[in-house]
Amino acid sequence: MTLELVIPDPRLAVEMRGIVRRFPGVVANDGVDFDLRVGEVHALLGENGAGKSTLMNVLDGLYRPDAGEIMVGGQPVEFRSPRDAIAAGLGMVHQHFALVPTQTVTENVLIGLDRPRFRIDIGRYDDEVAELAARHGLGVDPRARIWQLSVGEQQRVEILKMLYRGARILILDEPTAVLAPQEAQDLFRTLRSMVADGTSVVFISHKLGEVAQIADRVTVMRRGKVTASGIPISETTTAGLARLMIGRDVVETIERTPFDTGPVVLSMRDVEAESDRGLPALRGISLEVRAGEILGVAGVAGNGQSELAQVLTGLRHCSRGSVTVNGVEVGNRTPRDAINEHVAHVPEDRTGVGSAPNLSIADNLIMKSYREAPVSRHWSIDTGAVRRFANRLRETYSIAAPSVETETRLLSGGNLQRLILAREIASEPRLMVAVQPTRGLDVGAIVTVHRLLLDQRQAGSATILISEDLDEILALADRVAVIYEGRLVGLFDAADADVAEIGLRMTGGMASRPPEPGDAPRIVP
Amino acid sequence: MTTSAPAHQPDRKPVRLPWAILLERRLEIPRWLPVATTIGAVVVALVISGVILWFAGGDPIAIFIHIVRSSFGSLGVLSDTLVMATPLILTGLACALAFRMRLWNIGAEGQFLMGAWGASAVVLIPIVPAGTPSIITIPLMMVGGMAAGGVYGAIPGILKAFRGVNEIIVTLMLNYIAALWIAYWVFGPWSEAGFQLTAQFPKEAWLPRLSDYSSAVPAFSGLTVHLGLIFGLVAAMLVRFLLFRSRSGYEIRLIGDSPRAARYAGINVARNTVIVFALSGALAGLAGMSEVSGVVHRLQQAISPGYGFTAIIVAYIAKLHPYGVIVAAIAFGALILAGREIQPSGIPAMIQGIILFCLIASEVALRYRVRIERRMA
Amino acid sequence: MDPTIILAAGVASGTVLLFAAVGEIFAERAGVINLGVEGMMLIGAVVAFGTAVATGNAWLGLVLGTLAGGLLAVLHAVITISFQAEQVVSGLALTFLGTGLARVLGEDLSKAGAIALLPTLTIPGLAAVPAIGPILFTDQSVLVYAGYIVVPMAWYWINRTRPGLHLRAVGESPTAADTLGVDVYRLRYAYVVVGGLFAGLAGATITLAISPGWFGDLTVNGQGWIAIAIVIFAQWGVGRAALGAYAFAAIQRLLIDIQGPEQLFGFPNPFYVNHTLTFFLGMVPYVLIIAVLVAVSGEAIRKRIGAPAALGISYVRGERGH
Repeated sequence: MTLELVIPDPRLAVEMRGIVRRFPGVVANDGVDFDLRVGEVHALLGENGAGKSTLMNVLDGLYRPDAGEIMVGGQPVEFRSPRDAIAAGLGMVHQHFALVPTQTVTENVLIGLDRPRFRIDIGRYDDEVAELAARHGLGVDPRARIWQLSVGEQQRVEILKMLYRGARILILDEPTAVLAPQEAQDLFRTLRSMVADGTSVVFISHKLGEVAQIADRVTVMRRGKVTASGIPISETTTAGLARLMIGRDVVETIERTPFDTGPVVLSMRDVEAESDRGLPALRGISLEVRAGEILGVAGVAGNGQSELAQVLTGLRHCSRGSVTVNGVEVGNRTPRDAINEHVAHVPEDRTGVGSAPNLSIADNLIMKSYREAPVSRHWSIDTGAVRRFANRLRETYSIAAPSVETETRLLSGGNLQRLILAREIASEPRLMVAVQPTRGLDVGAIVTVHRLLLDQRQAGSATILISEDLDEILALADRVAVIYEGRLVGLFDAADADVAEIGLRMTGGMASRPPEPGDAPRIVP
Repeated sequence: MTTSAPAHQPDRKPVRLPWAILLERRLEIPRWLPVATTIGAVVVALVISGVILWFAGGDPIAIFIHIVRSSFGSLGVLSDTLVMATPLILTGLACALAFRMRLWNIGAEGQFLMGAWGASAVVLIPIVPAGTPSIITIPLMMVGGMAAGGVYGAIPGILKAFRGVNEIIVTLMLNYIAALWIAYWVFGPWSEAGFQLTAQFPKEAWLPRLSDYSSAVPAFSGLTVHLGLIFGLVAAMLVRFLLFRSRSGYEIRLIGDSPRAARYAGINVARNTVIVFALSGALAGLAGMSEVSGVVHRLQQAISPGYGFTAIIVAYIAKLHPYGVIVAAIAFGALILAGREIQPSGIPAMIQGIILFCLIASEVALRYRVRIERRMA
Repeated sequence: MDPTIILAAGVASGTVLLFAAVGEIFAERAGVINLGVEGMMLIGAVVAFGTAVATGNAWLGLVLGTLAGGLLAVLHAVITISFQAEQVVSGLALTFLGTGLARVLGEDLSKAGAIALLPTLTIPGLAAVPAIGPILFTDQSVLVYAGYIVVPMAWYWINRTRPGLHLRAVGESPTAADTLGVDVYRLRYAYVVVGGLFAGLAGATITLAISPGWFGDLTVNGQGWIAIAIVIFAQWGVGRAALGAYAFAAIQRLLIDIQGPEQLFGFPNPFYVNHTLTFFLGMVPYVLIIAVLVAVSGEAIRKRIGAPAALGISYVRGERGH
């Protein structure tokens, strides 16, 4: 070994060398190097599960590295918590926001600070936060409570929190995942102005397009290792980055047979529903979905998508309108009625709604079929039949687990989603309601989920795919409906959909008038 | 946090030693572990109680030997222990059933009292004329006890299911109300000559005891074990079937683990809440019936030394398993029986509290394992 | 049946419920349910009374009784915060343990004679205020006055200070708080212990000021549970808890007084004529609690307010939650 003289590079805001971080059974970071220059936007590109977030969580002090060293501003650091990181001027905005919903924007900004010493003069701090927000173009009312804000506004609060703490280095974990295209452009403008101010930004993403747009340099990760380190964005091509990221040329080819129009399965007429807080969430939704068709519902989070899925599956009452499946009314009935009409549901919350974490895989697989033969006879459940049924599904859908007696909470995200899909598909759905079916999954699992949804379409079931990932909708759906503030504000044939137009409508920009409740549902074959 | 690495583990502050003690989430729970931790917890609890007793100036070994001897030492005391265990089995099952659905029925005590009242009403109102044969009287008393307990149990169930009212507080308040209700009847309408108890039930209202058959089997002489024990054992089998072999049981377990998933699976959570609370109350009510009909043979104020509360611990020791309830109930029957002679009187309650604490603390061993790892230089 | 006497007595014995409820509010606002209030109050009561008997110093009894409640709460904190055990069960265990331990400690205390109580005060000037003066400021124990001070202080602490902001954050969204460097575990420990100290104080208030003496379990007689119900009634607000505590205690006192006179509003008093009917009178407070909870649940559904979001959920760093 040669002796190296380490000269701190003044241009480097962060330098990470040989970072190793293991989780049980996985090496999430395997000797990763990363550096961030002062005043740049450095994209950290990679598929889900590549180790990007882990690396940044290590930098932020949330995880401790098993090996490796970190220098911030030329000084070696050992953060024990995000609090240490922020003290060194380094702040991270996570994908799941760390906000207290019942408190105001200002209160959220103040949590965890040493000041004020005791008494909070809230008016004074409201003014400070408002001033800071104005300076960076982060429009948000300091007195608003978090639950009243849109997701985009909540993200601004997260950034404000970091700026208020004097962060000069900002890490954003997949910040555009929850934003509409236009909101993303606003965010990019804010980031640009901050960078011009001397702030340095790490931008985690798996979207090639936006990386090309915002980043100065890019580091690509795959399976815990760096495959390209700090390349200037001008020297990259989209295809080249994709290859580095995926390890093969083609991302995913979805082969689709032409859509064969079947009879109308789902028909919603003028459906209105309230959110949990009693505010209008759906304001007159009318649509139809036919057998063998996938209808994609695009929109920014929190515009009524969850309520739409709940209304379709009987989990939420609609205050007006009707929902029929194969001509049978299921709106304002119970989840049981929807199940009886073969409405399958791949819910957004896989661990809270879609599965019972402490029950076995077998118990989870029979959630929709325990009332029928062969699983049950009259009152009693045939444990032998349960085991056979569960084992068959486990093999068919390649659910990786020691046995069907394993508790479900021990499954990985991809395997859990396979379990849920296996169960729902086994219920022979006529209508499949899939909500964010691939969020947080790794590439392999995403491909499986997409293939299963397309198989269902092929088998003649009607599918509603609710997703915030516009690319996913465009890849899978036959038609795209855009939802905004509980209204459908656009219906496009996916084959010739204009992404810019969809994006505009997702944020309430209106090219034409929205469909009125009285309008006949437009079917684009 | 979106790291897709499985099973996040908490990052603990490091102890600067050449090795590190890490708590790691278990991925698999070996079958023997729950039994082992339960036994371990009870042993630790007894050691702690022993230390406290020793500090209090007692001789813990002598006290524990006394407890064992005076509850299992001879056929006679074993029989007495089983008599004590009988109401605990039934109330323990009541708690285990409700707790499976994470319904905190702390009201087994009140439901027990109402069950005792309902059974007494059959002979004291009287619903059946004096002299009605046992074969009619006893089943009617069972129905009366279970109905009274079941209805009383359904009240918190209904309030919880349809108004979201905290069932812990409601069941506790109902315990006090039940005690006053009993007091009213034994001081008032059913008082025998102004005493605080009712007249003794006619013999037809007594559950048969082993000693009743001592003329045929001399060894049974003096044995007070009564038919209620069989009620308990049969109930345990039924509850086991209900929980693990029936559709309702599947629904109960699913709701208990995740009410939102249960609703998603098309299960009517509110209806199950009421049904389970009513069943739980009926089991506790049957315990009350068995106690007045099998032991006391009249209604009086002090018919329960807190069976309904001890049942909570019994259910927990049993890990909410019906057959485990039988074993735990016998152990606690012994503790209560022997405890009556122990001074100060608070010691059995204290030991119960310590056992419950050690049990829930021991559950951490089911979720985590301790790993000692050498630190890298 | 003098309303002033009834209300004054209600304020006095309501102070017990007030302390216990405020303590529970602190613990629950931090996200930890402690159902062991009854046990902690009993321990506080017996230690306070025992100390006063042994030393003749009621103030020392007050301090030790309060500390004893806090000590018992440490157990709950360890089990629920460090070991992440079910909070409901741990609280029940605490009640069993506290009850048993109090019986053991109080074995000889029921025969103890009169002790020196904490002093009572009449506030000059304020006592002369019509209507309010004779109720609130005349011949009340110092602890009753302490209650008057505790309520605004607790409110201010929770709603207007930095520690209060962190307290609320930990109970509503521990993950967010932790990410921002708030030590969730330490704060939850602290507030569970604060809850225990208040419960101990409440117990000591019984034996040293409100109804002196040791009567076994009957010394507290379910007031710990009523305090928990008051917390729900109060929707985790300190001011409303105080109102609930005083009002409930006044009603309890009224029910006792109703049994006294031969005539009630000019009619023969049924509870005087037939004494067994008083058992029904005894049920009224408990029925009232249930009725109030039902009413509040309707209000909570309507206004969509409720318990702290993370109440009852153990926080494990790195696991998904609130």
